[in-house]
Amino acid sequence: MKRFPRSTIAATVAGAATFALVLSGCSAGAGSEPSKDGKVKLTVATFNEFGYDDLFAEYEAANPNVKITQKKAATSNEARDNLTTRLAAGSGLSDVEAIEVDWLPELLTYSDQFADLSSADVKDRWLKWKTEAATDADGRLIAYGTDIGPEAVCYRSDLFAAAGLPTDRAEVAKLLGTSWDSYYAAGEKFVAAGTNVPWFDSAGATWQGVVNQIPNAYEKADGTIIATENPQVKEAYTSVLAASSTLSAHLGQWSDDWTASFQNNGFATQLCPGWMLGVISGNAEGVTGWDIADTFPGGGGNWGGSYLTVPNQSKHQDEAKKLAAWLTAPEQQLKAFAAKGTFPSQIDALASDELLGATNEFFNNAPTGEILANRAAAVDVTPFKGVNYFPINDAMQQALTRVEDGTMTADESWAQWVTDVKALG
Amino acid sequence: MTTAAAEVTARSIRRIALSHRLSRWDVRFSPYLYISPFFLLFGLVGLFPLLYTAWVSVHDWNLIGGQGDFVGLENFTTVLGQPYFWTSLRNTFSIFLLSSIPQVIAAIAIAAVLDFNLRGKTFWRMGVLLPYVVAPVAVALIFNDLFGDRFGLINSGIMSLGLEPIRWHVDVIPSHIAIATMVNFRWTGYNALIFLAAMQAVPRDYYEAAIIDGANRLRTFWSITVPLLRPIIIFVILTSTIGGLQIFDEARMFDNVGQGGANRQWQTLTLYIYELGWGQRNFGRASAVAWLLFLIIIVIAIINFMITRRIAGSADRKLRTRAKGIS
Repeated sequence: MKRFPRSTIAATVAGAATFALVLSGCSAGAGSEPSKDGKVKLTVATFNEFGYDDLFAEYEAANPNVKITQKKAATSNEARDNLTTRLAAGSGLSDVEAIEVDWLPELLTYSDQFADLSSADVKDRWLKWKTEAATDADGRLIAYGTDIGPEAVCYRSDLFAAAGLPTDRAEVAKLLGTSWDSYYAAGEKFVAAGTNVPWFDSAGATWQGVVNQIPNAYEKADGTIIATENPQVKEAYTSVLAASSTLSAHLGQWSDDWTASFQNNGFATQLCPGWMLGVISGNAEGVTGWDIADTFPGGGGNWGGSYLTVPNQSKHQDEAKKLAAWLTAPEQQLKAFAAKGTFPSQIDALASDELLGATNEFFNNAPTGEILANRAAAVDVTPFKGVNYFPINDAMQQALTRVEDGTMTADESWAQWVTDVKALG
Repeated sequence: MTTAAAEVTARSIRRIALSHRLSRWDVRFSPYLYISPFFLLFGLVGLFPLLYTAWVSVHDWNLIGGQGDFVGLENFTTVLGQPYFWTSLRNTFSIFLLSSIPQVIAAIAIAAVLDFNLRGKTFWRMGVLLPYVVAPVAVALIFNDLFGDRFGLINSGIMSLGLEPIRWHVDVIPSHIAIATMVNFRWTGYNALIFLAAMQAVPRDYYEAAIIDGANRLRTFWSITVPLLRPIIIFVILTSTIGGLQIFDEARMFDNVGQGGANRQWQTLTLYIYELGWGQRNFGRASAVAWLLFLIIIVIAIINFMITRRIAGSADRKLRTRAKGIS
């Protein structure tokens, strides 16, 4: 609830302050200029944790003519607002801007705003699908991959034991199997044991796993929306909801109830990309029994991951490109992985002993490096995500929630989703 | 000689005329000059955005891509045809009524209590203002712990009594009550202090005269305090109308998605604008809704103004006729 200023004085003061800000903003937002000592000043905008803090010092030591300033946003949403606003304004972006994979479909429609980063040196540096997602229709590569989110299945071995199921991670991987049907069947077995704990957290989270294995779920490669007529989507919708009616805890992912449920035996398994390990160990602090199985229903799956771009607004594009290429090289990404656990997307890094030897204490000392590397290799589908992917998927998430919370039947909710998708046009 | 004298007189006349004219200009135009900074700034940060929004609303307009084709009123007809526009209009009014009405009533009651000779006056007065100091997002975070569907404090209490838990994030009315509670928490004390200031300006002899006539506390409150608060009541109702129809923070923070629920149970018009503009990147439609909201606020403010004037006015007339009878 907002109020208008109560008095002219307040309004004038506020107005004058705004005016001053606008004026100073115009002169200050110009980005980087060569400083007096001839050094090139580069700004790098990141968010959350990229694990780059020590790397910048290392780069400066090796390149004495470069001075790096890091602008770190607390959340990716904040970074995204900043990026889109300044893209629209035409000035004020950093020389290197970090982006998340989810923003790419939209940014690719404005790919002329970014420098083409493709070069022979980095051609085969990343997993193929990682590079493809950042390449526009003309073959220009607008972003270098940093990390990825290969998905495995996390589970509570103590709850598995209580239900009389195997607890060893190799046996659990066998139990869960490699298809969604076998994953749901294991769930039915678990629930039938009468521990009164649901199998997974929500239909929405499971949907993310399923839909990311459909190559063209909502849109054809030319951007035509096919979401509502695609039989694969309807089938996935029906099967996820059928499973959720008996297996789901109906806890919307990231909701307060979901977070609290980690302390209350909320559910027994969860689809988990590499970065989710940190989320689980944070929310479930003090809870023992979490482990991770080297399998994923329906083949491999990737959820999230980031990139570095060089906007055309940058005045030092060559220097910025060099820095971005260096930061995303396998050696540097391994250091970032050691610092903050961001799982590398570079082929060489995925094969390194340092990565494969990494273990995670919270997850019963599981060899997370090796497991996630296997999971990354299993990813064989690059789902097409056009500009309408996120609004449509968002509406789908809400459609699933409406059924889970009992507001609507599956058919009613589907009908409303169809209306929602039509309204986007 | 004659020409020289004429010249001197002419010059002095001209000089007098000039300074005279200057001082007349000073009197006539200076006040406008003094208040002009406000209007210049208002033009820059108020009027210009308003008109520019109207310009955007008649175009195809993407957040990043910018201006597209001129489409006339198509954005308006499209959003008026969307069910979520009407849902969010309903939610906005429901939350507005659930917050503003109890808020004004409670604020007057609290002000009346604070108007008594209490011990530690300043302490109590600062106390009611305290919630206003807390940022709305912080308020939302705290209240979300109360209104959790499964692990919330209120539902834990309800379930321990053996009753069905309230589905705060699923059912329409409970979600509105929860959001209105956050709004009321923040604004009741603030409005109470405004009412208190107005109450203290009421001449004490009115009360003395009424008490001599045998009126009790309640009677003096209804027959003297409320009618004399008329301008302040109108002011508070107007500002809470403007604020109430623009509720955003509390509704956005009510769950982690921030779109007002899976079935838009608590999506307000401002949240809808945000979804269109920043979710779908469709600034044209977002601007159309913003203008519709602007028009709705004006209409409601006029209606409010007329109703409150009539209600308070009739009470005022009663007071005056009685005062005449006394004299």
